Formats: sequence, C-alpha cells, structure tokens
Amino acid sequence: MPYDHTLSRRALLRGAATTAAGLYAAALPVWAANQTVVGFIYVGPRDDFGYNQAHAQGAAAVAKLPGVKVVEEEKVPETADVQKTMGSMITLDGATLLFPTSFGYFDPHVLKVATQYPQVTFLHAGGLYQEGKHPKNVGSYFGYIDEAQYLAGIVAGHTSRSGKLGFVAAKPIPQVLRNINAFTLGARAAKPQTTTQVIFTGDWALPVKEAEATNSLVDQGIDVITCHVDSPKVVMETCERRGIFCSGYHASQAALAPKGYLTGAEWNWEGVYTDFVKRFQAGEKLPNLVRGGLKEGMVRISPYGPAVGEPARQQTEAARAQLMAGTFVIFKGPLQSNTGATIIPAGEQRVQTDLSLEAMDWLVAGVIGSTK
Amino acid sequence: MRNARQHEIVVTLCLPTGALLVSLLVFGVFVACSGANPLAAYALMYQGGFGTWFSWQNTLQRAAPLILTALCTAIPAQLGLVIIGGEGALVLGGLGAVVMALHFPVGVPWLVQLAMALAGMVVGGLLILVAGALRHYRGVNETISSLLLTYIAIAGFHHLVEGPMRDPASLNKPSTAAIGDANMLGLLPGMDVHWGLLYGLVACVVVYILMSRTVFGFAARMAGGNARAAQLSGLPIGRLILTGCFLAGAAAGLAGMVEVAAVHGRANASLVVGYGYTGILVAFLARHHALAIIPVAVLLGGIGASGGLLQRRLGLPDATVLVLQGILFVVILASEALRDRLQLLGKTAS
Repeated sequence: MPYDHTLSRRALLRGAATTAAGLYAAALPVWAANQTVVGFIYVGPRDDFGYNQAHAQGAAAVAKLPGVKVVEEEKVPETADVQKTMGSMITLDGATLLFPTSFGYFDPHVLKVATQYPQVTFLHAGGLYQEGKHPKNVGSYFGYIDEAQYLAGIVAGHTSRSGKLGFVAAKPIPQVLRNINAFTLGARAAKPQTTTQVIFTGDWALPVKEAEATNSLVDQGIDVITCHVDSPKVVMETCERRGIFCSGYHASQAALAPKGYLTGAEWNWEGVYTDFVKRFQAGEKLPNLVRGGLKEGMVRISPYGPAVGEPARQQTEAARAQLMAGTFVIFKGPLQSNTGATIIPAGEQRVQTDLSLEAMDWLVAGVIGSTK
Repeated sequence: MRNARQHEIVVTLCLPTGALLVSLLVFGVFVACSGANPLAAYALMYQGGFGTWFSWQNTLQRAAPLILTALCTAIPAQLGLVIIGGEGALVLGGLGAVVMALHFPVGVPWLVQLAMALAGMVVGGLLILVAGALRHYRGVNETISSLLLTYIAIAGFHHLVEGPMRDPASLNKPSTAAIGDANMLGLLPGMDVHWGLLYGLVACVVVYILMSRTVFGFAARMAGGNARAAQLSGLPIGRLILTGCFLAGAAAGLAGMVEVAAVHGRANASLVVGYGYTGILVAFLARHHALAIIPVAVLLGGIGASGGLLQRRLGLPDATVLVLQGILFVVILASEALRDRLQLLGKTAS
C-alpha cells in the first residue's frame, strides 16, 4: 500500500518538472533586447495617494517614452530585501537604470549594490550623494518641496476662518520641520495672526493615529489641515468627512476631498524622471546630485479647489512668480522660533541651498508644538 | 514494523508536499481571477526563487532572519507555550548589539562580534523570559503578554533611537551611531549571503539536538505534553519554562544582531520590518520542528524572492505573495488533520 504514494508523487513531480521546463521560456523577459529597462522600487503601496504614488506617476510617465521598459516593485522594506530586489531587476530583467525611491534605501543598500554592479546607474530620491565618498554610478536628487508648502500655506491662511491650521506630521526630522515652518510662514504672510498646531504621530504610515490626530485637531476648532506622512489619504478623507478644508502632500488628493481640498504640495516626478531617462538614453552622464524647487520643475502645487477665493489665488500666484524668478527667499530675518529664540537676525536670509536648513531643529513662531 | 515506519516517513514527506501542491493550485485559481496566467506565474516563481544562482542567493538571504525568528516560536512550543513576541526580541536584540559594539573596550572585530551576538541574545532572551515568568508565576497568557511586550519593546526602541541614542548626524533617518565597518559581519564564502544564514542553520541543529537528545529536551517536551503529569514526576516546570523562553528570545535577539551587524551597521527603524511575525508563520508551518524550520524558511524566502518577479512581469500586486502565504498556512495546518487517518492506514496495512 505505501508504495502507491511514492509512485504517484514521483509521477506528479515528473509531470511538474516537464511543465516547468516547458514554461521556462514563458518566464523570460518579454521585452525587446534593445529596450532600456528602468526599475522603480517603492517602500509602500504604489496607490497610496502619497509618497509612493507620486513616484509611481513618474514611472508611468517614463513608461510612455519610446524604447523604455519599466519594471516596478512595491512594498520593498529598507533591508537586505531591497538589495536583492535591485539585484533581481538587474540580473533577471536586465535593468540598467534603477530608481530606488525610498529615503532609507540609500545607506547602506544602494551604496552596496552600486559597488557590486558598476555598469548600472542608480538614481535615489533623497539628495544624499557625497562627492568622493559614494560610488560614481550613484546619483541622488531631491526637491525643495517647502516652496510648494509655502504657497499652500498662503492659500490655507486666506481660507481659514478661525485662523487656526493643523499639521499632522510623522517625525520631527529636518525635512518635516522645514515643511511645517514653510507652511506656517506662508499662512502668516496671508494673515499674520494665523497659528499651526502640529501633531507628530511617530512614524510614516500609521493610519489610525493619523485619523485620531486629524479628529482631535478638528475638535480644537482648526479648519484647515495638511500633513507630512507617507499616505495623506486618511487625513484628507477625515477632513472631508468632518467638513473642513485640507491641503495635500506628495501627490494630489483632490479626488478624496472634492469639496474641501484647497491645493497641495506635490512632487513633479513625471517631469523629473522623463528628463532623467531621456538623457540616460541619449548616453549623457547624469549629474550625481540634483536639487531644485518650483523653478527647476521638481515640485508644484495642485490645481486650486473650489473653496479657494480670489485674494488667495492672487497672493499665491504673486509668490509663485517670485519663487519661479528666484527672487524670493522663504527663510529670512527677522525670524523667531516658537520658543522665542532668534533664528535668523534681521537683514539676513537663508537661501534654499543653505546647508543649515538641512539640519533644521526649530519651529517658527506661530507653530504650536515641540520638536522634542 | 519496518513497513509502518516507512509509511510514517512517507506520510511525513507527502503531507506537506501535497499541501504545497494544493496551495499552489488554489493560488493558481487566485492568479487566474486576477487576470494573469497561472502557469506563467508558477514558472516565474520558480525562476525568481530557485531558477538561477542569483535567485537561490536571494531566497537564502531572505530565509536567514526567518530561521532565527521562527525558533523564537518553535522552542516554547515544545513546552506547550505559544510565544509570538519574536519581533520585540529581534528589535531589542539589535539595539543591545549596537550598545555593546559602541561600548566594547577592545577593537578586535571578532571579539566585538562575539560580544554583540551575546548582548543581542541576552537582551532578546530577557524579553521573552518576562513573558515566560508572567506565565509561570502570575498565570498571564504568554501569547498576549509576548505580543504586548513586543509593542512596548518597539516603542522603547524608537524612543531610544530617536532620543538618547540618536546619532546627531543622522538627520532625516534617526539612527544610532554606526558600529564601524571593521565590526561588520561579512558574506559567506562564495556567495552574496551574509553569515546570518549559517547562524540560523547552526541554531536549528543545536535546538534539534537539545530537544531530541538531551534530558532538558525530554523534560521540556514532557512538560509541553502534560504539564501536570510532568510536575507530578518532579520536573522543575518553572525552570524549564524560563529556560525555554530565554533560549527562544535569544534566537530572535541573535537575528536582530545579524540585521545590525550584517546589513544596517546601526540600529534604526529599518529593524522593525516584521521578520519576527513571519517567523511565527514559519514555526507553525514547520510544526515547531527545529530542522523542518530550515526548508520552510527557504520556501517562504523563495516566495518572497519570486514575489518581485510576479509584480514586475505579470503586474500582480505585492499582496499576491501574502495571499499565497495565507493559503499555504491554512492548507498545511488543515492537512495535519489527515495525518492520523493516513497513519492509521499504514498500521492496518502492516
């Protein structure tokens, strides 16, 4: 009796092996040999209405270019997994240009894999490249999205009836603080008495905490809320349900809050990635460090929602024109922190490339909250 | 009798293999429903997980942390305890290893690595020991307590990494200071897989010998089978539980040390990615058998490795491999119900 089992298993295995061998051809890449294979790696779901979606929209734009094949992988953690994902895209898919899009992929993962595959180009979102220290086939780019947050702040300041704004933020790190400060400065440029209440949730994707934070802000009488978390979806939906205004981040969330969505600070990865890939295809050596704001087309604001009035539009457009012309500086003196310390004395200014802004550990006057 | 023994081996091998095939069939239906060709999916999974030397390294690399975290559930299971706190032990173990490396007085890499491994194991072990002690002395359910301890451990970890232990230079990704390149664990000879894999294999063999060839193992399994009977025979239940829990936590803590010393070089939020939770799945699929953990971890590693290819070639969402993992879990556990019946069949035959 027992031998029946063995026999059937063997037959089954033989059948399976034949099938596998026959199908092996089906598993080979389906794209033409002369196509440029570009790999995109996301840390979260690519339809998160936020950080990852912004990058995925960029990937979708790249996919439309002639002679390009895009391969994508989502929810890849910042561990040895992403090293293997990059390796897999290179070895099995023949990718020659990779966009590992999460900030935390860079050190040590991108750096390590870039050394293993010197013929492949790695372009990382984060702006962390250091000349002489990092491999030459690595590039890093980032946008001054605080410029877009400043414009969104002007809109929020004008639209708020209570003069009280809310900000749901992940962690008190420089990038986030810079957005909170720029948003608040914009709002106070519209109406000087405006305040921004900030709540830190502690991590990049905590939907339940984000909803709780949003609700508690609304309960305090706040009527415009924006955020800096990976997926603004929950914040925007909660605002709409509670009947207040919201301002988006990363990508456009207008579809989630058709009534209350004012505008939002968005990345323009479509433009940036299309440009990178075209230059890559043309055989051009891409710069290792690329940074830019509104003027360079790296960031933008969402189209105004129905609730945005004429004065708000006018002031925002005026500020946008100045930023585009490069004649406007967001962080300029006299600037005080919300603890009363003078950060920038009168007559001084810190332009976007100023390195001290990258180590920001203060909140401007008008922000209610603490960096600790 | 020889036939009966053969039969048992055949059952033990066929049952999971059959369950795997059934799972793949069910998964194929799911893939077809998502609009992709299931046969192409199978071929891709084979290619992505096991089809090339690169795929094998990818698979083994992913399996490495799972082997150690699976032991965190499998060891206490011998004692009849269901511990699911491997994630907490891994995270704190990693932090403990960093603290040790940063304060170790001698700059000899292998000594530092040894000290890091011990620190990781002790810290991880202590965390699960708490769950065991709560169980033994206070009658607190160890499943719940180990899970809740994990939440506390992760919160404490974030507090330390983003507060007192933060390297001021880690601006936008709060991290501790680096342990230094010299102290990093390298790769296994001839392959792009770090030493964590070997640690895991050795740990599994050691645990297997401990559980099947020593007095401790016998006593532990007896306590797991019937705690009261064990107590009546004079076995020190408390000591067994505490030792078992400590060893369990130590395995996960070692996984944390490996993540720090072989991958990240420092402790930060990237340690909290769920290896501890996937380890629970591995342990249950392996039926808490220390040696069975290895092939199961490799299988899950392979599924993970091929998941990327499914996304890239067939446009399936990332959740696809989670669906397969879920199907596997249910089918393999359900197939256990058939074991007694098949074994009975063998007895009648002989």
